[in-house]
Amino acid sequence: MQSMNFWRAYARNKGAVIGLLIMAVVVVLGLFAPLIYPESPWDMVNAPFLGPMEEGSLLGTDTLGRDIASGIAHGARVSLLIGLTSTAVALVIGVTLGALAGFFGGWVDDTLMRFTELFQTIPNFVLTVVLVAIFTPSQGSIVLAIAIVSWPPLARLARAEFMALRSREFVQAAITTGQSNATIIFREILPNSLSPLIVSSSLMVATAVLLESSLSFLGLGDPNAMSWGYMVGAARTVIRQAWWMSFFPGLAILLTVLALNLIGEGLNDALNPRVARKGKA
Amino acid sequence: MAGLPRFLAGRLIKAIVILFAIVVINFLLVHAAPGDPAMVMAGEAGAADPKFVEQLRQQFGLDRPLLEQLATYVSHVATGDLGFSYRQQQSVWDLLLARLPATLVLTLTAFVFALVVGIVLGTLAAVRAGSVSDSAITVLALLAYATPIYWVGLMLMLLFSVQLGWLPAFGYETVGGGLSGFARMIDIGEHLLLPALTLGMFYMAVYARMTRASILEVRDMDFVKTARAKGLSHGAVVVRHVLRNAILPVITVAGVQAGHLIGGSILIETVFAWPGLGRLAFEAVLQRDYQVLLGIFFISSVMVIVFNILTDLIYSLVDPRIDLAR
Repeated sequence: MQSMNFWRAYARNKGAVIGLLIMAVVVVLGLFAPLIYPESPWDMVNAPFLGPMEEGSLLGTDTLGRDIASGIAHGARVSLLIGLTSTAVALVIGVTLGALAGFFGGWVDDTLMRFTELFQTIPNFVLTVVLVAIFTPSQGSIVLAIAIVSWPPLARLARAEFMALRSREFVQAAITTGQSNATIIFREILPNSLSPLIVSSSLMVATAVLLESSLSFLGLGDPNAMSWGYMVGAARTVIRQAWWMSFFPGLAILLTVLALNLIGEGLNDALNPRVARKGKA
Repeated sequence: MAGLPRFLAGRLIKAIVILFAIVVINFLLVHAAPGDPAMVMAGEAGAADPKFVEQLRQQFGLDRPLLEQLATYVSHVATGDLGFSYRQQQSVWDLLLARLPATLVLTLTAFVFALVVGIVLGTLAAVRAGSVSDSAITVLALLAYATPIYWVGLMLMLLFSVQLGWLPAFGYETVGGGLSGFARMIDIGEHLLLPALTLGMFYMAVYARMTRASILEVRDMDFVKTARAKGLSHGAVVVRHVLRNAILPVITVAGVQAGHLIGGSILIETVFAWPGLGRLAFEAVLQRDYQVLLGIFFISSVMVIVFNILTDLIYSLVDPRIDLAR
């Protein structure tokens, strides 16, 4: 019954349905990349500088004769993996800090919020670049760096939810019956504050994908994994001769991020029907 | 405006606290990085000569207790010593100062463009909510939200510089052009156009969406109805009453994000070979020149803080209800 309502509300947003379709394609591409393109995307499989549709190469080849389409398929894995994991890490940091601040209030709240403000003031992309450069690029350092700059909005959101729910009767009842703080936080409040957190994190995956691609563009991607940003960055210097080398990977980023944003809005409509339709701010 | 000095003093104290925190973060980064802190400061391990590393070790007392090292580090930064770039054989501070003007020109142009066009588009979309132009602006914003700016930069360069030949593809001005005065300004302006447009585009989308949402919220409020009941023209109501109030949250967000333009300028300056801090950051990344990177992190944080204070001042001018002394 509930899920029926959810889908009906979600499907009412046409953009969200389109987003889901695009996303399905990207996920399938990422999952089956090793089957569709069994050779490593780093292998030189064809002549270099082949244009799209030339000599059996769908999207052409790059300066070293590596297949662009294969790179895009394999790059989908990296984008999605890093987008999802860094959002998950940001969620853990943000919700923990926000929950503590909102639940305990007082000096805990003050301290944690000053800390959050500090991280919101810091120019976040510069910090990501510094972090990844210093800790050397790897999947782990990229995920951590993205998470470290992304958690503050989630913390603020979780704090607001926890503050609001803390004074509600069911939570007050739990407190009077002597349940532990942990039980109240995890069993009573958290499940009730999930929907806005889900909406925000789906939008955050989009930002994380963009951040990862920007890092790889600068040469700060995981050196062992083919990624879209890397492809655009590597093709940057030959843009005059070979537009397709940077055009298609960039288009892949655009479509994926667009799809994630559309899905986020659809989730917003479906999960927060009261605030939906007012336009997101 | 009697509260202005007190307001500024308050903001200054806050700024100093934040800057101190950033210096501590820098310090921790140097120490948390894998490998010898002296090597981290000097650049990629093995690249620096042992004499220089030894000198760093003494200068920062790297064999002393951590807290003492922090005190040394902070005192260095406080006296404007952000370290020495072994790679570039120049003090980091000099490097930053040389690159700062170009980045300021780029980011400020992008910011003004984003704010003005964003607010105009957002207003148009809101006034004609539900119309074709509203949907067009909404779609445009969605696309701008999702596009990697470095890629847009490349595509615009491909179109306007390579295909059409209208604008120069990269650099700050025509090298060896021998231009001066007004002609030189025009030349720089031509070079500036594409990077500034690209950098501002994302934020333009953000401000357009915010303005739209904010106007839709404000326009049904009582004071707007009163203004209409007074018989004010539609345009006067929108501009003087609705927009003036709707713009406030946009300015707040714009101030917070203005500093983040510097992050975007790393990408844009890389694409367009714009000789500012962003390009310097890219070079420092390639050379693993950590002192320079940390210096850029520091100076861009300073810029964010300055931007934030400026926004608060502008906010108070737009909204007379705000009391700065609060």
